[in-house]
Amino acid sequence: MNKTKKIEAFFFVLRDLCAIGIALLISLILIFAVSQDGWGAFRLFLFGPLQTVSRMGYIVEKMIPLMFTGVGVCLMVRCGQMNMGSEGAFYLGGVACAAAAIKIALPAGIHPLVCMLAAGVVGALACGVTAVLHTKFHALTIVTSLMMNYICLYLGQYFINHPLWDSMSGYQASFKYAQTALLPKLFSRTNIHAGLFAAVAVVILGHILLEKSTFGYRIKMVGTNLHFARYSGINVTATIIICELIGGFLAGFGGAVEQLGMYKRFEYSGLSGHGFDGVMIAVIAGNNPKYIPLAALFLAYVRVGAEAMARMSDVPPELVSIVQSVVIMLVVAEKFLAGWKHRVIAKQSMKDLALTEVK
Amino acid sequence: MEQEYVLSMQNITKIYKDGFVANKNIDFSVRKGDIHGLVGENGAGKSTLMKVLFGQELPETGKIFFKGEEVNISSPLAALKLGIGMVHQHFMLVPSLTVAENMVFGMEPTKGGLFDFKEAVRLTEEVAQKYGLPIDPNMKIRDLYVGQKQRVEILKMLLRNVEVLILDEPTAVLTPQETQELFVQLVKLKEQGYTIIFISHKLGEIKQICDRLTVLRDGCSIQTVDVDSVTEQDISRMMVGRNAVNSLVKTPPKIGQVKLRVKRLNYFNGFGKHVLQNVSFQVRGGEILGIAGIEGNGQREISEMITGIDSIQSGEILVNGTCVKGKSVREIREMGVAHISEDRMTYGAAAEASIEQNLISDRFYKKQYQRGQILNKKVIQRTSRELIKSFTIKCDGGSAPVKTLSGGNIQKVVAAREFSQSPQVMVANQPTRGIDVGASELIREKLIALRDEGAAVLLISADMGELREVSDSLIVLCNGKIVAYFETVEGLSENELGEYMLGLKEQTPEEIGRCFQ
Amino acid sequence: MESVLGYIFSTEFIIAILRMSTPLILCSMGVLLVRNSGVVCIAFESMMLAAALGGVLGSAYSRSLLVGLLCGIALSVLFAMLFGFFVLVLKANNMLVSLALNTLGSGGTVFILFAFTGDRGSSTSIQSLQFPTVNIPVIQDIPILGNILSGHNILTYVALVSVPVVYLILMKSPLGLRIRAVGENKNAAESLGTSAMKTQFVALFIAGIFAGLAGMYMSMAYVSAFTQDMIAGRGFIAIAAQNLGGFMPIPTLIWSLVFGASNAIANAFQAINMPPEFLQMFPYFSTVLGLMLVGMSINQQEKKKAAEIEEKSKLADACEGNG
Repeated sequence: MNKTKKIEAFFFVLRDLCAIGIALLISLILIFAVSQDGWGAFRLFLFGPLQTVSRMGYIVEKMIPLMFTGVGVCLMVRCGQMNMGSEGAFYLGGVACAAAAIKIALPAGIHPLVCMLAAGVVGALACGVTAVLHTKFHALTIVTSLMMNYICLYLGQYFINHPLWDSMSGYQASFKYAQTALLPKLFSRTNIHAGLFAAVAVVILGHILLEKSTFGYRIKMVGTNLHFARYSGINVTATIIICELIGGFLAGFGGAVEQLGMYKRFEYSGLSGHGFDGVMIAVIAGNNPKYIPLAALFLAYVRVGAEAMARMSDVPPELVSIVQSVVIMLVVAEKFLAGWKHRVIAKQSMKDLALTEVK
Repeated sequence: MEQEYVLSMQNITKIYKDGFVANKNIDFSVRKGDIHGLVGENGAGKSTLMKVLFGQELPETGKIFFKGEEVNISSPLAALKLGIGMVHQHFMLVPSLTVAENMVFGMEPTKGGLFDFKEAVRLTEEVAQKYGLPIDPNMKIRDLYVGQKQRVEILKMLLRNVEVLILDEPTAVLTPQETQELFVQLVKLKEQGYTIIFISHKLGEIKQICDRLTVLRDGCSIQTVDVDSVTEQDISRMMVGRNAVNSLVKTPPKIGQVKLRVKRLNYFNGFGKHVLQNVSFQVRGGEILGIAGIEGNGQREISEMITGIDSIQSGEILVNGTCVKGKSVREIREMGVAHISEDRMTYGAAAEASIEQNLISDRFYKKQYQRGQILNKKVIQRTSRELIKSFTIKCDGGSAPVKTLSGGNIQKVVAAREFSQSPQVMVANQPTRGIDVGASELIREKLIALRDEGAAVLLISADMGELREVSDSLIVLCNGKIVAYFETVEGLSENELGEYMLGLKEQTPEEIGRCFQ
Repeated sequence: MESVLGYIFSTEFIIAILRMSTPLILCSMGVLLVRNSGVVCIAFESMMLAAALGGVLGSAYSRSLLVGLLCGIALSVLFAMLFGFFVLVLKANNMLVSLALNTLGSGGTVFILFAFTGDRGSSTSIQSLQFPTVNIPVIQDIPILGNILSGHNILTYVALVSVPVVYLILMKSPLGLRIRAVGENKNAAESLGTSAMKTQFVALFIAGIFAGLAGMYMSMAYVSAFTQDMIAGRGFIAIAAQNLGGFMPIPTLIWSLVFGASNAIANAFQAINMPPEFLQMFPYFSTVLGLMLVGMSINQQEKKKAAEIEEKSKLADACEGNG
């Protein structure tokens, strides 16, 4: 049996690598289809992120918000909830943060914290609505949460376009954030900001919460078998709602970190995609918070590569969404390479069988 | 000799994707016109072998010969085309469709491109008449009795002109009376030249109806013999691999105080059916009260209401004098109620989770299992090691996922959890269904030990042998009503029990009233 | 406010409802078929989006509406088949594959649009064709009724016809019997040698056609060009409509109309000074509200039923007591 486990672990890694390989192959084909200088563009895509310090910094900057939404999604998925609301929570959290960063005057140390907390609470509410609708009114989580994303978007846009709109900016953007609210930069020549510490902390806390804590045990039991959890005396409804509140809180919090670390004013014109990216990296990480940084690194790297390529060649950056979707689909495809795996396991079992018979 | 075999499977090995070897080099041959018994314990590989024959599982090695020619059975369709049909243990019927629609599924008659329901009805009536198995084609499956559903399954195969009919544990869901009825039908089919493969682990039935039998054990074929040449003891020895000495040591009960009192329980289900009608009974400490009855006669509702999974609509349930109405599952468990659910994989265990996680699901929140808000891994591991040992759970250690265990070992995990909190009241619903003899014996022993410690045990079972063996007293449920109460199970025959279960007989209210004073 | 009320009681409002509902009806009929076969697919957003682009490109380069139609349907069916391949054959999680396909649809359409036109935002630089409106002779001359019944886009009529068609497929055809049987008990179907997977693929295929028509309505009738992410959640709203309508075509149609109407009402409010963000939010908000209200009414019914049952039990109790 232990040998079977080893084979399974091997194929888990192999599947991820194959998925990434196939995705890159497809992107290579697509690049050649649209580009005059295919090799040049592909080189930029693959190695571009490592060519300058600022791009390397850019990778880390992109990882930070993803780690928040990624861990949040991990928690919700492990509880069995397909809540896609991180997207809206991230956006609306950013708006709440903007409001707090513009309208409230506080000293430097406390101001960002207040902004982030406000954003977290708003994010929690955004996902919490879905949770309540699901647990109390049997609404389909995935549909409700996707609708909630649009509601968050337009609600946020209302605040940005009206009460918070800076008519002097010349476009649909908010007033500038108070200097006291901004997060300090960590390194020169990059924009890596103090939010990195928060992101790392969230990954560690997420790991402890899910794998070590009593509440994490509840989450996992509800997620793996809801009926069993109820039969054992676990309060299923409360577990689901709290879990989604935490997931939304993290997304909203991440939205604030992104705003205060990377922007001077709120200037998103639509949903930012960080929530859906969170789902993707949660999938790649197998819904384990401890692997989230790795998955976030992969996605951020591909993103930076695609942007470098888009800027310096004639390939649009949407290539990333194609790579992204191919990777997700192959990673979650249970039967992908399953025939091969089964043959290896069967061979092993036959060998064991022969051995025991000899004995 | 070879000519007589209508069917022969050679050297079949089947390995499941988790590496479990279900069939090891099995040879299996059936003579034309026989009723051939396939016996073995749960998990011996009977169903797997038949699924291979019916094209539902593809074997790693092996050949199948049908009427002397090697055949390749890659799907149920291929099997059906050859003339091999199978009636599964879990019925393969669509509940919301009619009998006729289920019958013609996959070979629907059409008129002008649309489904011709009338023709489907005609076809159904025709085949039902031909084989003397009457059924109403317009009934919806969900409104049929178990025996009728089985009849539809058999007719479905006959409509497809099969010659070999596989029946996977057909009597598991039937009463003795219904079983005899089925046997009459099977003999009729045999006389018409059909070959029948009959899977069972009830030896009496095998002796009664089969011509030859094959014994499987641990995925290996042990022996194929003529039924007349062996005794039940011989078969049993071949199945278990040792002399199964069924010697449950049971002392007379030391009856104590009433611990569980169920008073005038009524229950209406979602369709408005009166599932429980004024059910009253009590269980005293040191007593095992059995509940007999055909499945679906209110047993599940009783156990789920006692344990708080379902809420009480009307009536009272008292545990040690305290009413459980409105209490949560955890509160009821804290009152000392333990529950072995009939549905092991839905309620009893979380398949993906580890053994440890399954063992602590009812107690993880208690002080000794956590430090602050963090689970105390050491204590949990120690507890589970002890439980694995005392319940002889065969596994790779406490961190192995429950889904990698055999059915019997999974049930032992459930039992280990439920027995280890020294419960006052144990509700055991079908605790030994579908598991091997060893695990069954262990659980029965534990039930009796618990009784001897003074707990009240409610044992719900469809296995009449088990009820007669384990319980001290017995009530029979039929259509949601208690129709009989036996203060002692001594001298009670299975036939008599069957008559009460089918509603052919009913005790007077006074006699029944004795179970609730 | 008066102008709003006036609008709601006008024929324009009914016309607007039909206009807004057309893609929802078409798509929800596809959702319904797939749902009945026991598959939960939420990739309809991407199917619609792919078809919207396919129709525009196909018709623009061939100058033939038929070729455009086929291109659109082909792309949408391709997405449906991709979903089927990964979920049914490779046993991948349906939600995650749907999500991935929606990402693919959103990015892939822009990628292709860019490859063909050099534009990323919209297809206005190329001349694509439109689905025509249909004036029904005689009926169009009847006052009021003529306005309501005649003069719609051909796809609106297709949408309305699709409802009885889906009903026939589902309830009266052998295929429908198989779809429902597979959806309810897959093992039963498989044990009789019919491939559940095949049936589900067929359902997905037909659904792909419906979603394709819905998508092309957006880019070739509702407006006259493809723009980035132009489906804007309609695929999800159609799923909500099916979700609320259950497993039958007529209730699903009704919910599609309700959501179409809420869209139309939002437009009516443009007249008064409502911030545009709230108008844009309205369809999504009403969908969530619909999901909630239906859930609440189910809860209410259950409570009522529980009360009735208690009453019944008490009665049974009393009878027993007397007897």
